[in-house]
Amino acid sequence: MASMDPEIAKTQEERKKLEQQLASLTSVTFDTDLYGGSDKDAYLSSIPANEDEENLDSMDNEVARKLASYTAPKSLLKEMPRGAEDDGDIGFRKPQRIIDREDDYRQRRLNRIISPERHDPFSAGEKTPDPSVRTYADVMREEALKREKEDTLRLIAKKKKEEEEAAKAAPEKGKDSGAAAAPQKRRNRWDQSQEDGGAKKAKTSDWDLPDTTPGRWDATPTPGRVADATPGRRNRWDETPTPGRLADSDATPAGGATPGATPAGMTWDATPKLPGLATPTPKRQRSRWDETPVSMGSATPLPGATPAAAYTPGVTPVGGVELATPTPGAINMRGAITPEQYNLLRWEKDIEERNRPLTDEELDAMFPQEGYKVLEPPASYVPIRTPARKLLATPTPLGTPLYQIPEENRGQQFDVPKEAPGGLPFMKPEDYQYFGALLNEDDEEQLTPEEQKERKIMKLLLKVKNGTPPQRKTALRQLTDKAREFGAGPLFNRILPLLMQPTLEDQERHLLVKVIDRVLYKLDELVRPYVHKILVVIEPLLIDEDYYARVEGREIISNLSKAAGLATMIAAMRPDIDNIDEYVRNTTARAFSVVASALGIPALLPFLKAVCQSKKSWQARHTGIKIVQQIAILIGCAVLPHLRSLVEIIEHGLNDENQKVRTITALSLAALAEAAAPYGIESFDSVLKPLWKGIRQHRGKVLAAFLKAIGFIIPLMEALYASYYTKEVMVVLIREFQSPDEEMKKIVLKVVKQCVSTEGVDAEYIRTDILPEFFKNFWVRRMALDRRNYRQLVDTTVEIANKVGVADIVGRIVEDLKDESEPYRRMVMETIEKVVTNLGASDIDARLEELLIDGILYAFQEQTSDDANVMLNGFGAVVNSLGQRVKPYLPQICGTIKWRLNNKSAKVRQQAADLISRIAVVMKQCQEEQLMGHLGVVLYEYLGEEYPEVLGSILGALKSIVNVIGMTKMTPPIKDLLPRLTPILKNRHEKVQENCIDLVGRIADRGAEFVPAREWMRICFELLEMLKAHKKGIRRATVNTFGYIAKAIGPQDVLATLLNNLKVQERQNRVCTTVAIAIVAETCSPFTVLPALMNEYRVPELNVQNGVLKSLSFLFEYIGEMGKDYIYAVTPLLEDALMDRDLVHRQTAASAVKHMALGVAGLGCEDALVHLLNYVWPNIFETSPHVINAVMEAIEGMRVALGAAIVLNYCLQGLFHPARKVREVYWKIYNSLYIGAQDALVAAYPILEDEQNNVYSRPELMMFV
Amino acid sequence: MQASDRFNINSQLEHLQAKYVGTGHADMNRFEWAVNIQRDSYASYVGHYPILAYFAIAENESIGRERYNFMQKMLLPCGLPPEREDD
Repeated sequence: MASMDPEIAKTQEERKKLEQQLASLTSVTFDTDLYGGSDKDAYLSSIPANEDEENLDSMDNEVARKLASYTAPKSLLKEMPRGAEDDGDIGFRKPQRIIDREDDYRQRRLNRIISPERHDPFSAGEKTPDPSVRTYADVMREEALKREKEDTLRLIAKKKKEEEEAAKAAPEKGKDSGAAAAPQKRRNRWDQSQEDGGAKKAKTSDWDLPDTTPGRWDATPTPGRVADATPGRRNRWDETPTPGRLADSDATPAGGATPGATPAGMTWDATPKLPGLATPTPKRQRSRWDETPVSMGSATPLPGATPAAAYTPGVTPVGGVELATPTPGAINMRGAITPEQYNLLRWEKDIEERNRPLTDEELDAMFPQEGYKVLEPPASYVPIRTPARKLLATPTPLGTPLYQIPEENRGQQFDVPKEAPGGLPFMKPEDYQYFGALLNEDDEEQLTPEEQKERKIMKLLLKVKNGTPPQRKTALRQLTDKAREFGAGPLFNRILPLLMQPTLEDQERHLLVKVIDRVLYKLDELVRPYVHKILVVIEPLLIDEDYYARVEGREIISNLSKAAGLATMIAAMRPDIDNIDEYVRNTTARAFSVVASALGIPALLPFLKAVCQSKKSWQARHTGIKIVQQIAILIGCAVLPHLRSLVEIIEHGLNDENQKVRTITALSLAALAEAAAPYGIESFDSVLKPLWKGIRQHRGKVLAAFLKAIGFIIPLMEALYASYYTKEVMVVLIREFQSPDEEMKKIVLKVVKQCVSTEGVDAEYIRTDILPEFFKNFWVRRMALDRRNYRQLVDTTVEIANKVGVADIVGRIVEDLKDESEPYRRMVMETIEKVVTNLGASDIDARLEELLIDGILYAFQEQTSDDANVMLNGFGAVVNSLGQRVKPYLPQICGTIKWRLNNKSAKVRQQAADLISRIAVVMKQCQEEQLMGHLGVVLYEYLGEEYPEVLGSILGALKSIVNVIGMTKMTPPIKDLLPRLTPILKNRHEKVQENCIDLVGRIADRGAEFVPAREWMRICFELLEMLKAHKKGIRRATVNTFGYIAKAIGPQDVLATLLNNLKVQERQNRVCTTVAIAIVAETCSPFTVLPALMNEYRVPELNVQNGVLKSLSFLFEYIGEMGKDYIYAVTPLLEDALMDRDLVHRQTAASAVKHMALGVAGLGCEDALVHLLNYVWPNIFETSPHVINAVMEAIEGMRVALGAAIVLNYCLQGLFHPARKVREVYWKIYNSLYIGAQDALVAAYPILEDEQNNVYSRPELMMFV
Repeated sequence: MQASDRFNINSQLEHLQAKYVGTGHADMNRFEWAVNIQRDSYASYVGHYPILAYFAIAENESIGRERYNFMQKMLLPCGLPPEREDD
């Protein structure tokens, strides 16, 4: 063996050399292949060692790459600057603000405004709607107007640009006719759809697959990709405004430009700008960087505004009611300052304090007197005093640089919130905006009834939002009870703005949503005018990251649709279906799917059909088809009855002129097929042809979507068709193997997996047609770097292996176990592990076996990363599946293990020890007992290990060796091993404790005779300490070990130790001791233990006596029937305990009686039991929950042992007792008796006397033959 | 009931018990309890075939008739409920 090590080392050396040569030969071609260029700077210079550190999102990767060109401290790029108040409560879990975890896309919810209520044609009947009320027609007209404006603006922008380009092109024409290299055209997302056909290029992150995770309605929508749904989207980094730039470049019109003439890059729904206003208005679209306020106007409904005229839905660039910058005069006092302004002011005050100019005195103090000269400022110098310029330097949310103190002083007190009157809960500064009115100590009497109602609602809401749980509960109940009285309008006008509050926290939102839910239930049809309002605030919940928020959102919308009815829901949501904002359409589609699941799909089908065929706009068709997709994701297999009609509704979308519509159609089909699996292929008949034709026509993301649909449809087919269609699609798939696109790769892999796993595809076809290309394109190092690619590739390969067998797959990748990239090796190892575990190793021939072992040894030894389990599991799986065939390699493996056990790195030593526990069973199979003995000795020598993790693993390895080779053959002999373990028992590390106690227990169980009794006693003392362990497993193992030891050396000494331990203070320790005593009694027969135990009861100490009683309770529980021999012995003791003053005595004694009674039922101990019942019975009036529980259980036990009739007789005396308290208790006992043994009572009921009209006697029982 | 044990298992126990037909409570009167007893008894007679057979022999009726009679008697086993004197 010793001679083998240098030999291995030598071969390894040689191999390494060879590989280096090989690598140097191949590296150039390899790299160009991989990166497609020779730009060395773009290479990854290192491989992330830790999986967690890898960027999971491809978008992040891109960001990281681009990040290199930005220079800013890392902390700034990663963290948002925090206000000073944040540092106060570090150490406590801070309430999570929703907005902090939202991405830009989700924050677009704040762009929406709560629309004024709408006309409810149902309640109005035949009446012509009041002109001041918004009807459906009004809303639709507004939408149309918006679209038209959008179109016009776009046209203007386009024309401008063309002119510009023409102007630019003209002078250049002379020198360069190829002036097409004009600055890359900024594309508005609306241009996109039209020019897509031509300007299509595969941009990695530009994937329009908002829902590539169908079937995972509950899964968190991936923020990156949802955000991608708007093409031509701005890069996130462009968008993040640095503090110096107030609004990002895209959204701010260039200086001087009027909004109407902004270039196409402008987002139209961004903050309205006031032409000519020098101060930058706070941006409505929030980012983490500048916490600017939302404007009041947009968040609150517009009271009293005439809808048609003044209703400006946030996109109008002209000034109106809802100017983003509130001028101090225009707004009422307390509502004026939004919470964020408060924060900002507070923060700014602090900063200004620190950054104020230094005074002369301060400068004098700082600088030495000599060598410095005070210079006069140049005559032309004027300090910046102009507010506007200063504002540009540091953004403040107010129009004026200096904070104007409002007339009243209240709002100024940022730090000391004014105490709310009348027992109202604490009000946060951000709440003043909504609840400020409550602070006015107006006389309630003087208010109008309407105002009083408002006030009442506000109070209740504040209590729900900020109050203590009891306050919250009563407030919630009041709101619910009085909902109809308050009326829908006032309620929702108060609740909904709160939900749009930018500083809302999760908990608060949950509570408010709960309020809405309850109120909805009560209001029922009264909500109709407010449906859209509610949807605006609830829809964002549907795409929240938080699962529970999504569920809540669904529930509300479902209840809403049940309350308002289908017609109202459709009327409310129809205008949003072709809204110009993608965000609105997305959330509307999701909301519609919820409506469909609440009201039934058939009801919605005609509407969906109409929408999907809309001629007016592609957006409507897109949304309609998306609704179908969402329905499929939401209700799963419940689509089956409607599958055909749903497919028919959307099938024409596959040939739509717009590529987005084609894409979403394919995705919807995929979702439908996934939901319907494994049924419903006949419904897809009509789309098969367009799908398969489509994959030959399309490229890029449309192709990806089509492939995805095909991937989900093929598994539904019968074998024959599946085989045919797979072959059809495979050509395209194999072509796309080479696609550089990450998303395409993932989809292709998935589709291959789905195709391969269907029945009709035979192994030979896969082997010849798919495998070569598959391995060539996918089994490359780069695939291991991205986590999702990695997963998908492993899954697909395992699926292929299930078809073609182990040898083919393992044979192809086994060489890669020696690849130089560790993540790649890990991927290979994981695949091999899964394949071998699934299919066994019988297919692996001798040559492959050799390669495999060689490979895993290499991979195991070369691993450096922390995540070692892949290699370890892989090694274990391969060795275990090879079984006896491993025998020739065992010396080599053991050599490696031994070598690594001696390694400097703790991690390596731990892995080596863990590996021993994995392969111990196989070593036994191979009859390598000698080798194991040798390893045992080696491990024994390493018991001095100082790293607890490693020590734990070493103990585990020893345990597995002892387990397989047995006590007698163990080397080192047990008598040497155990004394070495005794001190380790003192170790407080959980892993060490657990493994050590397991090993000691094992030895005590099987090989106690090898160790002198004195050693065992010593261990007993150590074990007492282990009863304190936190982990239950450790305590259980310890208690069991007591049993084994007692069996080995006799109970006396162990018992003495344990009884002494009853005196300790710690409860957990005592409880464990009582369990141990009971176990000792069980293993060594009760008679060896009971005398000493009962004697201990005489110690006049509560803890000891209770401990004894508890031991008795456990004892009788464990020994069961055996108890009949001991019942008379312990009865006097129990008598005493049941009469004790101490409650716990009686409680524990009662539970002992219960176990005893249950154990001896039917064994003829009724006399003793009745005697004990007489002592138990007076305790039925106890009120302490534990005591009464124990007593009731004891009585139940008696029912089983003595029969129901006897207990009934005890019961009868109190059922009609004059004192209600007594009756209550007796009826409780009667009821449990009745439920437990109703039939048995029939014979025992008392004979009741008949009364005048009523016959109570039961004559049948008197019959006699 | 104290505030403390409003939430403990014992109160739940009573609630659980109340779900079963035939259980009683502190405000039960003689008549209600007797009705339960009678119904339980008849159900038991019908449920145990040997007892039913025994009654049939004793009354010289067919077993089916006996069973039918018992089931009929379960309707109003003790006659109409007595007038409540308190309300």
